[in-house]
Amino acid sequence: MSLRTPLGSVLGQGTAKSGVHHWWMQRVSAVALVPLTVWLLCSLLRLPLGNFVLVAHWMSTGWRPLWLVLTVLVMAWHSALGVQVVIEDYVHGKLAKPLLLMAANFFHVVVAATGVFAVLRMALRSY
Amino acid sequence: MNVRPTSPYLNYRFAYTMLLSFSHRIAGVAMAIGLLALSGWLFAAASGPGPYAALIALYSGWLFRLVLCAWLLAFLFHFANGIRHLLWDAGKGLEKSQARSSALVVVIWTVLAFALCLWVLL
Repeated sequence: MSLRTPLGSVLGQGTAKSGVHHWWMQRVSAVALVPLTVWLLCSLLRLPLGNFVLVAHWMSTGWRPLWLVLTVLVMAWHSALGVQVVIEDYVHGKLAKPLLLMAANFFHVVVAATGVFAVLRMALRSY
Repeated sequence: MNVRPTSPYLNYRFAYTMLLSFSHRIAGVAMAIGLLALSGWLFAAASGPGPYAALIALYSGWLFRLVLCAWLLAFLFHFANGIRHLLWDAGKGLEKSQARSSALVVVIWTVLAFALCLWVLL
């Protein structure tokens, strides 16, 4: 057992150089989402969503699969970072906090993987 | 050791810019759930015409339409207010009066853009 206080053991060591990483990634993903979400919203408003053939064609041709994959990934990333902060700020239970943080991470990874898988499946299908 | 200092988030005098601050988080969390609908839509389309028709039938119900509208509203607001946040991060518009007028711009944008989207959809 050390007699040094927790503060004493870290003073003078400098920072871990990772303090602003989360904050910065939230901003980077936000900036990336500005054009991506405008593109997605405009596309969704113009698409005849009930028509499978037209939607499938839209999803799988040109550069759209790439934009869709990027949009889904960056959205899930930005959302995961944001939801993490909300949980950290408002949930204080000893068990609830880590469990909820873990569940939020699982949720975002599953949603992102599902979206990417769907776009690739559509774009690379052979029929 | 059990009683830790917490952020004094209940002690502020009310200002209407706070409403935008709360709403930004609420809209963000709502859209996190909305990711499920987006991925579900992509997944159904990749699964073929049958599953896609079933999903469109589900999304066409009046309750789901209402939820979709709420997500659209949340997005339009979060989008504009997010840009407001980015400008703050760049050190611009941090004065109280500027924060109030930018809040007004965000609210007006949200209402007008939402109306425009509904007009396009209907």
